[in-house]
Amino acid sequence: MFEDGTIINELFIERLNYFIYVILLLIGLHGMIAKNNLIKKLIGMSIFQTAIILFYVSVGVKEGATIPIYLPEHDPHGSHASHGDENGTDEAVHGPVVLEAGMVKGYANPLPHVLMLTAIVVGVATLGLALALCLRIYQGYGTIEEDEILAKIERQEMRSKPSIIVKSADSSKSKTSGSDKSVSKPKVSSSTSTKRSKARPKAKAKIASTATKAKTSGAKSVSPKPKPAASKSTTTGTKKSPAKPKTAASKSTSKPKPKSRSKPKAKPPARAKATSTAKKATASKPKPRTPKK
Amino acid sequence: MKKLSLIPVLVVGALLIYAADDFPEWGSPTAPASASPLSSHFISNTGVDTEVPNMVTAVLADYRGFDTMFETVVVFIAGMAVLAILKNSSGPNSKKKNFHIETEPDIIVTNTVRLLIPVIQIFAFYVLAHGHVSPGGGFQGGVVMGASFIMIALSWDLEKALARFPMDRCFIVAGLGIVLYGGIGLLSMFLGGEFLDYAELANILPVSREMARYHAMLGVEIGVGLTVTAIMFALYANLATEGRLKGGL
Amino acid sequence: MMENAIAWILIFPLFGSVACALLGMGNKKICYPIAVLSMAGSLWGGIETLRQVIASEVHTVSYIFGGWTLDKYPRGVGIEFHADILGILITLVVLGVGFIVAIYSKLPVQDETPNKEPLFYTLFLLQITGLAGICLTGDAFNLYVLIEVAALTGYGLIAMGSNRAAAATFNYVILGTIGASLYLLGVGYIYIKTGTLNMVGIQDVIVANGLADSSTMQVAFVLVGIGILIKMAFFPFHAWLPNAYCNAPTVTSSLLAPLVTKVMIYVMIRMVLSVFGVEFSFESTMWVDVMPWLVVVAIICAAVMALAQREIKRMLAYLIVAEVGYMVGGVWIYNYYGLIGSIFHVISDACMTLCLFLGAGLILRKAKTTHFDGLRGLFSKMPLTMTGFFIGGFSIIGLPPTCGFFSKWYLITGGMVSQRWEYMVVLMFSTMVMVVLFFRLIERIHLAVSESGENLGHGHGDLGLAKEQTRFDEGPLSMLIPLLLAATVVLVVGIYNQDIVNLIEIFLSEFNLPKGEGH
Repeated sequence: MFEDGTIINELFIERLNYFIYVILLLIGLHGMIAKNNLIKKLIGMSIFQTAIILFYVSVGVKEGATIPIYLPEHDPHGSHASHGDENGTDEAVHGPVVLEAGMVKGYANPLPHVLMLTAIVVGVATLGLALALCLRIYQGYGTIEEDEILAKIERQEMRSKPSIIVKSADSSKSKTSGSDKSVSKPKVSSSTSTKRSKARPKAKAKIASTATKAKTSGAKSVSPKPKPAASKSTTTGTKKSPAKPKTAASKSTSKPKPKSRSKPKAKPPARAKATSTAKKATASKPKPRTPKK
Repeated sequence: MKKLSLIPVLVVGALLIYAADDFPEWGSPTAPASASPLSSHFISNTGVDTEVPNMVTAVLADYRGFDTMFETVVVFIAGMAVLAILKNSSGPNSKKKNFHIETEPDIIVTNTVRLLIPVIQIFAFYVLAHGHVSPGGGFQGGVVMGASFIMIALSWDLEKALARFPMDRCFIVAGLGIVLYGGIGLLSMFLGGEFLDYAELANILPVSREMARYHAMLGVEIGVGLTVTAIMFALYANLATEGRLKGGL
Repeated sequence: MMENAIAWILIFPLFGSVACALLGMGNKKICYPIAVLSMAGSLWGGIETLRQVIASEVHTVSYIFGGWTLDKYPRGVGIEFHADILGILITLVVLGVGFIVAIYSKLPVQDETPNKEPLFYTLFLLQITGLAGICLTGDAFNLYVLIEVAALTGYGLIAMGSNRAAAATFNYVILGTIGASLYLLGVGYIYIKTGTLNMVGIQDVIVANGLADSSTMQVAFVLVGIGILIKMAFFPFHAWLPNAYCNAPTVTSSLLAPLVTKVMIYVMIRMVLSVFGVEFSFESTMWVDVMPWLVVVAIICAAVMALAQREIKRMLAYLIVAEVGYMVGGVWIYNYYGLIGSIFHVISDACMTLCLFLGAGLILRKAKTTHFDGLRGLFSKMPLTMTGFFIGGFSIIGLPPTCGFFSKWYLITGGMVSQRWEYMVVLMFSTMVMVVLFFRLIERIHLAVSESGENLGHGHGDLGLAKEQTRFDEGPLSMLIPLLLAATVVLVVGIYNQDIVNLIEIFLSEFNLPKGEGH
């Protein structure tokens, strides 16, 4: 089984170094794609880059060669340059000489080491920048698990989306939205309370179940609206402060029933509408999600 | 989801193992990479061209000096970008956790570090300057130097380290490193050569063309070391305190 | 000084950025003039280099940093900047777009990222340095370093926005690092078989040693290809692009959207034509048969997703993905006209995407939103802005005399001549989709009608306001003039397209590309 020429010999014995770095690379790549925690992704990135560095360094290996720094006898400033050789004759070479081919074989290839100095530094810089991003994400979202961040982003978008639609839609639409909110409110409030009490990984399942509940409860008037809101528009992501006075203004100008709703209660009806749209949104966009996991 | 992500990983793995079929033998002196005219030129002619015994430093700072300049720029970008991301940023969660752990600096640690840090810094200068003859150079020396400042921050607290090396001075030093590197290149260009052709500096320095390369390499490595020192410390200070430069580890 | 013009292209922004970082700490207001002046100097260097390229007999300018000239030293000892016609044209596009965005950037940077102007302009100028360097370099590893310079500055520029931007950037960091590292691995494989990193040197060794059948080189080609496809947001690796460009600050998306993906397409063209060579890429691998079908899927999915968006910037982001599909398809149908179309489309797409994103920035500033529902009747308030925006839109659709028409013409000719009917059909289909997109937008902006057809205002586009409130309310001049300049460039590139195509034909004449059996 271990004779020359078989795949096991080729892979494991003669080219062991390449095989090892391929395993490391796959571990790193899998970490970057599959892990949920952002810091684990970065550790995967680090392992991935380290594997590539190991590959390059292994390219520069030369059997029987020493490191790529001139030995004293070839040193351009070394002893042979200043005094002559042991015979005392003064025809010793002063200054550096070009090495001939036999001597060249005695030194390892310097180029891969140089390239990898650069690659290591670039990897460190990327890691530093990515860690700063993790800090910023933690400040903004309070978590560094990717699925929780996505859920929070969706909720923020759904919360801010009705403000745009309510602002620019005409009064007839706000009437239907107000009635729909009142109808779906009792059902959603119970489901949201159950949602908050359940464990966090089940949040998505709960969102789906509330979506079905909200759908059955007279969501016919909601259906024309999810079409404009089906996309994950994040216009107000950067302009949250102008959006907030608009929500207050729009809510004050609509009917008295929606007006009596206070701010915390505004969230569940928005979430009810949002969950039905979220289901449509998630259905329409499976592809961008899958690489993230 | 985790099972689904195994598919691209395994595809990449299969691809890489298929490629290993045609690789030259590991360590063979006749491999294309080791026997190419490029590699032979570097090994045989570095002494003649630059009079620097360390071939890696010669290739890094002289033959491929343009790459090294951009590597320094990458370090600079990392520091700038971390500052840009974390400056004036505070979300709803930034004040919740209490990062500041109230402890007194330990007397054994502080006194040991007080003795060690000058030695570390001298070693950093040695690594930088001796990079021509032994393994070392600008990046390595700069990292050791930056680490010495981080050590002050770890043993006492960040305020003491910032008193020695304030944040705006960090960025001035980092910028000066790049100006030094680029300035040597520009000077060579004004003296008639290409950008980063250090041999032209022999027109103003009283040395031969090869020794001009030797000395310019040292100057360039000093520039690199300055930038790396400053950015290493700046990265630590900003990341440990979320940009606020108060409290922290 | 003139013979070093190609070095000045990079030196101006590099020193400008360090000046912004150092001097900006004292006085924030000095960063904007420094940025504009650096871009002007760099643009001068680019135009001078173009003159030199056209004037030389082999139509290239070769500049080796460090003075390791080719007469005394082997090729590859020093890092070479090899500017041929393709490289210098794309560099000029990069510098031109950078110059226009630099002028545009004064007010949005102050408003969206206050107190961070020095940092912003430092990263801005370094981004231009990286992108221009990518287009000029002749060394494969230097290309990796410059790709990382452009990528890191891009991450910093995008993440300067909101927290949502930081989340989008993290995804971009992960995908971008995978892409760049796969490229680096591919270069490592090339190095292990050829022993050199210089692009011309690699081509020589592949031809001399007959490495076309080597499994290592084939895998190197695939790795380099996948790495570049990830960075150019080719479907299905495009997941980072919509979120990153939507949530970024205005100036960042105006700078990155026209440039980053197009420069990566240049890298692909360079790898396919100059590094691996036409025989290797098209005849020894099987990608010529597979890629056009992937392109078809990419364009259809991107166009359909663009149709589903209700927000301008996100719609434009998906349009970028579709345009990337056009250009990749133009390369892989393996035809002379397809390549002309692809290269010309790189130039024209940069201009028209610039136009559209500058317009979107102005709309955001004045109407406070880029959601479709907030744009009713905007034409009467901002006619100049809307004209500029729609010139970009017409160019994407492909109406003459904008440049988009001519690039689509060459791409369709290439598809027809090489008998790739799938590519032609999908080009027509996506043109229809884009017509629908833009005319829907035109109707919404021009008239003030709601979704159900009810007229909201008292007539033609006045949002129901009183008469004296509907006078012109254009954006500030420092943002309006760059937009109109970009629109003019779109028209000028279209009108003078024959000169540019002649230059591209000079470049392509040294490769052996099939021209088809006449058209």
